[in-house]
Order: sequence, then C-alpha cells, then structure tokens
Amino acid sequence: MPAPIRLRELIRTIRTARTQAEEREMIQKECAAIRSSFREEDNTYRCRNVAKLLYMHMLGYPAHFGQLECLKLIASQKFTDKRIGYLGAMLLLDERQDVHLLMTNCIKNDLNHSTQFVQGLALCTLGCMGSSEMCRDLAGEVEKQLKTSNSYLRKKAALSAVHVIRKVPELMEMFLPATKNLLNEKNHGVLHTSVVLLTEMCERSPDMLAHFRKNEKLVPQLVRILKNLIMSGYSPEHDVSGISDPFLQVRILRLLRILGRNDDDSSEAMNDILAQVATNTETSKNVGNAILYETVLTIMDIKSESGLRVLAINILGRFLLNNDKNIRYVALTSLLKTVQTDHNAVQRHRSTIVDCLKDLDVSIKRRAMELSFALVNGNNIRGMMKELLYFLDSCDPEFKADCASGVFHAAEKYAPSKRWHIDTIMRVLTTAGSYVRDDAVPNLIQLITNSVEMHGYTVQRLYKALIDDISQQPLIQVSSWCIGEYGDLLVSGKCEEEEPIQVTEDEVLDVLEGILVSNLSSTVTRGYSLTAIMKLSTRFASAVNRIKKIVLVYGSSIDVELQQRAVEYNALFKKYDHMRPALLERMPVMEKTSTNGPTEIVQTNGETEPSILETKHMPSVPQPTNQANDLLDLLGGNDVMPVIQTAPPTKLVSAGGELLDLLGDLSLSGGVPAPGPPVSISQPPFLLDGLASQPLFNDVAAGIPPMIAYNKNGLKIDFAFERSNTNPNIAVITMQASNSTEAEMTEFVFQAAVPKTFQLQLLSPSSNIVPALNAGTVTQIIKVLNPQKQQLRMRVKLTYTHKGSSLQDLAEVNNFPPQSWQ
Amino acid sequence: MHFMLLFSRQGKLRLQKWFIAIEEREKMKIIREMTQSVLARQPKTCNFMDWKDLKIVYKRYASLYICCGMEDQDNELLTIEIMHRYIELLDKYFGNVCELDIIFNFEKAYFILDEFLIGGEVQETSKLSVSKCIEESDLMQE
Repeated sequence: MPAPIRLRELIRTIRTARTQAEEREMIQKECAAIRSSFREEDNTYRCRNVAKLLYMHMLGYPAHFGQLECLKLIASQKFTDKRIGYLGAMLLLDERQDVHLLMTNCIKNDLNHSTQFVQGLALCTLGCMGSSEMCRDLAGEVEKQLKTSNSYLRKKAALSAVHVIRKVPELMEMFLPATKNLLNEKNHGVLHTSVVLLTEMCERSPDMLAHFRKNEKLVPQLVRILKNLIMSGYSPEHDVSGISDPFLQVRILRLLRILGRNDDDSSEAMNDILAQVATNTETSKNVGNAILYETVLTIMDIKSESGLRVLAINILGRFLLNNDKNIRYVALTSLLKTVQTDHNAVQRHRSTIVDCLKDLDVSIKRRAMELSFALVNGNNIRGMMKELLYFLDSCDPEFKADCASGVFHAAEKYAPSKRWHIDTIMRVLTTAGSYVRDDAVPNLIQLITNSVEMHGYTVQRLYKALIDDISQQPLIQVSSWCIGEYGDLLVSGKCEEEEPIQVTEDEVLDVLEGILVSNLSSTVTRGYSLTAIMKLSTRFASAVNRIKKIVLVYGSSIDVELQQRAVEYNALFKKYDHMRPALLERMPVMEKTSTNGPTEIVQTNGETEPSILETKHMPSVPQPTNQANDLLDLLGGNDVMPVIQTAPPTKLVSAGGELLDLLGDLSLSGGVPAPGPPVSISQPPFLLDGLASQPLFNDVAAGIPPMIAYNKNGLKIDFAFERSNTNPNIAVITMQASNSTEAEMTEFVFQAAVPKTFQLQLLSPSSNIVPALNAGTVTQIIKVLNPQKQQLRMRVKLTYTHKGSSLQDLAEVNNFPPQSWQ
Repeated sequence: MHFMLLFSRQGKLRLQKWFIAIEEREKMKIIREMTQSVLARQPKTCNFMDWKDLKIVYKRYASLYICCGMEDQDNELLTIEIMHRYIELLDKYFGNVCELDIIFNFEKAYFILDEFLIGGEVQETSKLSVSKCIEESDLMQE
C-alpha cells in the first residue's frame, strides 16, 4: 500500500478542481483511501490522515469516521500525534458526540505529563470544549495546575477554571484558595487570565463578590497594578501603539466595574485611577479609545462622584464627533445605556446625535434612532419630530416599522396639540403607511375618535390622502373608518382648521367603492370600506339607494368576510330599517382598555362578528333574528332557562345598551311562549379578556375524559374538554361532528343552550359540511363559563340536509364527566 | 467570545473556532449567515453588527475576513485589537502572511490561535511570549 499523500499535496490537488463535482470526486476518493488506512490501524500515517480529514471537514464534508482516530492520536506518545489529535478533538468531538467522554482519561494523563507543552494541550482542550462531566472529573487537576509556579501552565489553568465554572457553577468554591496569590504575579499572561477568572467568579456569585471586596481587598490590588501599567515606562513586550498592555488594562477596568457597582467604598477607592486613565490615555489610535470606552462604562456603572460622570459623558460627546465610525457607534451605544440615568447630560449632545441619523452607516443610524427616541421630551418634541419624520422618509425599509412605532409612541406622550398630533400621524401614514404595524390602526382610530373637535379636519385630510394613493393599507383602513364615521362633516363644506374642500356624497362613495374593487386592497381593508359605506347610509341622505345596491352586490362576494357583512347589512336594510340610524350612530369616546379581545359577540349559530374596526366594545350590526328565534325554540318551554345577559355597566356606553334592549324586543316579538326574558346572548367582557390573543388550549391538559354527546342516524357528536388557561372556570369544549352514512350532510348547523347559571360562547364552525363515511369532521369550539360549579347540562339542536331532505333534531346532553364542570 | 471565523472574499471558510457547544448543523447555519452578512456590508461602514443577541465584530485583511461573535458585555474596540493581534502573530510566524499560508498551513494557524486564546479569552498578552512558545512546540515535533 503506497504511503498516503501528504497534507499539502492533497490541498494543492483539491484546489485545482474546477467544479464542485470535481472537488467532491477527489474528496470521496481520498476519504476512501483514508478509511481503509484507518481500518488497517496504521500508526505511522494516522496523523497525516487525520490532518487531511480535518481539511476536508473545513470544506464542509463529513468527517465523523475520524473521531475515534483522534482519540488514538491523543493517546499516542508522539507530540506531533497529540497536537493533531487534540486539534481534531476540538473540531470534531464536541460534547454532543458519544465518544467525547473517552477523552477524559487521556486528558487526565496528559495534565500530569512531564512536558509542559503536552500539559498545555490538555488544558487548552479542556478549557475550550470540555463537557460538564469532564469538567467535574478534571476540576481537581485544573486546581492543582492553578497553584503551580510554571506561569505557562498557570495562565492556561486559570482559563480552564473559567470554563469549568461556566459549565459547572457549583465547583466555583473549589478554586477560591488558589486565587489568593494570583495577582502577585509579574507575568502578564497570568495576571490577565487571573483577572478573567476573578471576573467570572464575581459575576456569578454575590458571596464571592462580597468576599473579594472585603477580605481580599481586591480593589486596592487592582488599582496598584493599573497604576503601574500606566506610569511605568515603555515595555516593548506588552506595548501596543504606545500603550502598555491594553488587554490587561481593559480587563482590570471591567473587574473594577463589577466591584464598584452599588458599593460606595470600592467606588471611592477607584475614583482617582479612573480619572487618571480617562485624562491620560492617548486617543489617537483605536487602542486608546478601547481603554477610554471601558473606563466610561465603568464610571457610569459605579457610584462615581458627579465630576467623574461629567467627564465620562464628555468623553462620549467627543467620541460622537470622531471621524472613526467605530468610535461613533460605540459612543451611541454607551449613551443609550446611560440615557435613563443621566438624561440631562445626554440631552446636551442631542444635536450631534440627531446628525448621526443622516450617517450612511446602517448600524450607526439604528443606534441614533433608538437614542433619539429616548431623548424626546415635552420641550424638544417639535424639533425632534421634524428630524425623525425626515428620517422616516428617507431611511431603509428595515427601520420604517420601528421608526413609525416610535413616532406614534412619542407623539402620544408629548403631543403639544391635538392638531399637531393628527398632522404627525397623517405624515407617518402617508409616507411609511405600508410599514406601520397592525396594532397602530386601532390605536389611531381611538385617538381620532377622542379628538372630538378635530373630526372635521381629520376626515378632510384623510380624504385628500385617499384620493392620492390607495396602496397603503393602514392609511386606507383609518381613512375609510373616519369617512364612515364623519362623512357628514366631510360633505358639509365646513372645516375649522383649514380651507374646507367641496366634495359631494357621490364623490365620497366613488372613492370608497374604488377601494372595494381595487386589487391593491387587502381583505381587511375591504371590510373597513364596506362598513364605512354602510355607515354613510344614515349620514348621506341622497345616497341610500346607491348604498343599497353596493351592499346587495357584495352579498354574493367570494370573500366570506365581505359576504357576511353584506348579507347582514342587507338584512338591516330590509327588516330593520327603523333601527338603522340607532345602530349606525357615531361612535362615542372610547376608554382605553388593556384588552385586545374582539368586541362583544352576539350569539347566532356560532358565527362571530370578528369586527376588527370596533376595537373595544360594540358591534355595529346585530345578527338577523331568525336564528335567534331558533334558539328560543330550543330553550323555550322547559326548565332549561335561557341565559340572561345583563349589560355590563361600566364598559358599555349607551349605544351598546340600546342594542341589547333592541334584541330583547326582537325575541319577544318572535312569539315565544316562555315569559319575558330576552334571548340568550353571549359573552360578558370578562370571558373575552385576553382570549383573542391567547392560545385557546392549555398545554396542561386537565385530563378530562372526552365523551360522545350525540349519536343518531349516523351523525356522531364528540366533545373533548380542556380548561382555558385564562380562567379556570371556563371549560373549552371541542365539538367534532362526524358522519358515518354514505351521503354527506350539508348545511350542518350546531346550536347549544345551557342552564341559567352558565354562560356559553360558540365560535365559528370549521365548515358546514360533514363528509360521508367519517372522511372528516366539522369542528367547533364551545366555551362554557361555570362560576358556580354546577352540574353541566346542555341542550343541542342539530340541523342539516341529508340525501336531499332537511333534518332537525333536539337532544339533551347530560353525561358530562364531573371534571368538566367541577 | 462565542466564535471566531476566518473566511475569504468568496465566502470560503479558512478557519473556524467555536467556544460554545452547539450542533454541527447550527454551526453551518451561523457560518453561512455570517459570511453573507459580512460580505454584504458596505466598504466604509463600521466594523460592528448586531446579530441575534450577539455583537458581531469583523475586519478585513486583504482577501481575508476575520469575524467574531461577542457577548453584550465584551468591549468591541478591544475585540478589534484582539483580531489584529492574531493577524500579527500569524504574520510573525509565516513572515508576511497571506491567505495561501493559512490555507496550506491551517493546522499551524489553529496552534497559534490556541496559544493566544483559550475558551474565548486572551491567555497571553505578550506577542513575544506566544511566538516563542510556538517555536518551541514546533521543535518538539518529530
């Protein structure tokens, strides 16, 4: 068998490959050769083969078959073998590999080897990638090495100890005795790694921190070392651009920061040296600035005296004017950290920060934007907003969403006047409209509603914006909503704040219809538009017929959302025209609540009105009553009383109350034998609280067994139970309807009613066709609130069409498992 | 430091040192993302980037990019010095180091790195010391 080719030879060969395929072929050939060589247990060339394997691994090819070979190399006596073996281990044998632990013994032996370089290899490997088990086994050895007088090994042991502590924090105590004399060393390597070790210990354990402060008097020691570094003359070995060992200086400063944090004595002890470093460090090169940066961070974080703090902020201010982009970036980052605590000091540099918004560098722009928003206050809002809006216009898309949100937030907090606020919002919507976050729309709508005196001005401006551009969805949504609400002000030709525009009702409807038909509009936007058109039916006297026509057309829209709205509005025109004005009345001023839930849902056959526009409380349209009547039939005439909905007093405003009364009237007129009580309507707000944004189901399954609620004529209804994770009194029932006959059941409708003390909410079904032969199911979620923990009973009504005939069935469900209502 | 990568202007990896324990698949993903992001940066921009919860510090040396993933409390400006020190060590060892040296002697590049950093931290701040150690280790090779 010829000797395997040398590493350099292989590299040269592979680099001549002109295509990926050619390279792959070469690699495969070589891998095969290496594999057979491994199989032959060839000791002489193992090292070379593993080295080649590592090269191929770097190119991205699999190399796992070399793992065991690395172990063999580590166990070998030859230094060359060990070197490559340990390298291979570090590259191929991370702690996720099974054979990782086999290294432990080798490392242990090598830690006690006679040659320091072998010991060094072992310490290095352990310190880079030792697993927790390995660290536990070998911590004692590391501790031993930490006390040796050989500085070459001592520094490596210190960093291995750091790694051990990171992996197994409990072992920290073990290294404490060895740290006693670490800082007395002259060797910079040992000093540096010792500082790193002490930093790690202090960061992880408050006890250690206290110990080092009090007992070891660490601060004076560190101050002394730092002083020597600065004051001593030129030392060629550690010099970097005229500064003596910047690496050590920075680490000492960092450790001082941790020691001085929240501790007056320590902070006082380091005041002088910090001032000295801050004033004496050369700033012409990056090195000096690195030290200054760390110094500033330390000054700001400890309990430094005010003079020192001012010095620090000034350094940062100087950084901001530096030509070097890195320095400016670092300054902005630091200022962001300190803006909360030293707000006034940072304000002084506001103009420089705002200038950074115009920088070409993306990283700098982002920091400047964040900092600018942090600096906005009541005094500078106008000026800052001008700059920020200008930034919004010209910045990259990746910033626009954050910037828009920031602008809205700042405007809300510090707006000097309502008009200014509205103008600012308009500006954002028109320039960055498509990047505005979804949750901004309801917030804006609420804001506009509450600025009562600005309605005329607002709707006029929004209308003008709409005429120009209908591509930005949030803008159109807000505009449509406003036109729907305040269209009468728009056509009245009066406006207080600016020159009123003359626009006719038809022109307004043209614009809204245009949005409806445009390809650019999303479904949500179309929904807004349609509802706005509907609202205008009460505000535009002459346009009712036109609106009726539009609504009629969309009754057969493919989009289910639009279709539902149109059908309901249609019904409103046909049957409930007398109610229309009351229902479509202007929205009252809304309170800002914290819930994001949908509005109150009116019960029908389970279709909810997921109205996104009515953000907080009431739906503007009721459901047609025929379903309501059905429910009454369902409930009337027996002891299962319908649930009485009492209007929740505080949150609902008058219009909502009227709505409920109206529905109450409806039910009575439906000719129900049962006395008075209005129809079972659904949910009081508390059930809705947070429900929309919460996942419906708990991961913690309540362990409630499922049940069969109904099983007749091939139709089977299963109930599966879970507890809602927002309210333990709510049981969430998943209803699944399956059909074992050979014909499908269409127009399937599931209705339910519960006794008086319960409350029920039925969500939309997954579909209304139950496929034949159990090919699929219709799923519907039922939520039952049972605050009194009474036994759950339910009456269900099922209607469906099967084999051409329409069927209906009523059933009572009494076999609920006790866990579902207890 | 979580990792240090060296790659060419064409995106070919020349050295990878990981100081955290993650899966091979995850490593490849990070390498890909780093190469893409760093190579996409404009020439006159600063050497820092934000990526997930890490600060990425990178520097270009002729045809080679050095890229380090740092934690939040690490000093970015000092990281630039660390990267520079590593290149200087390579330069001293190879004499006017170029990318080819690192390609053909990648194992030596790793050995030098291991004398300079352990577990992501600097172990020796003296250039002279590190170079001497490497030389002596080389002499020990059979």
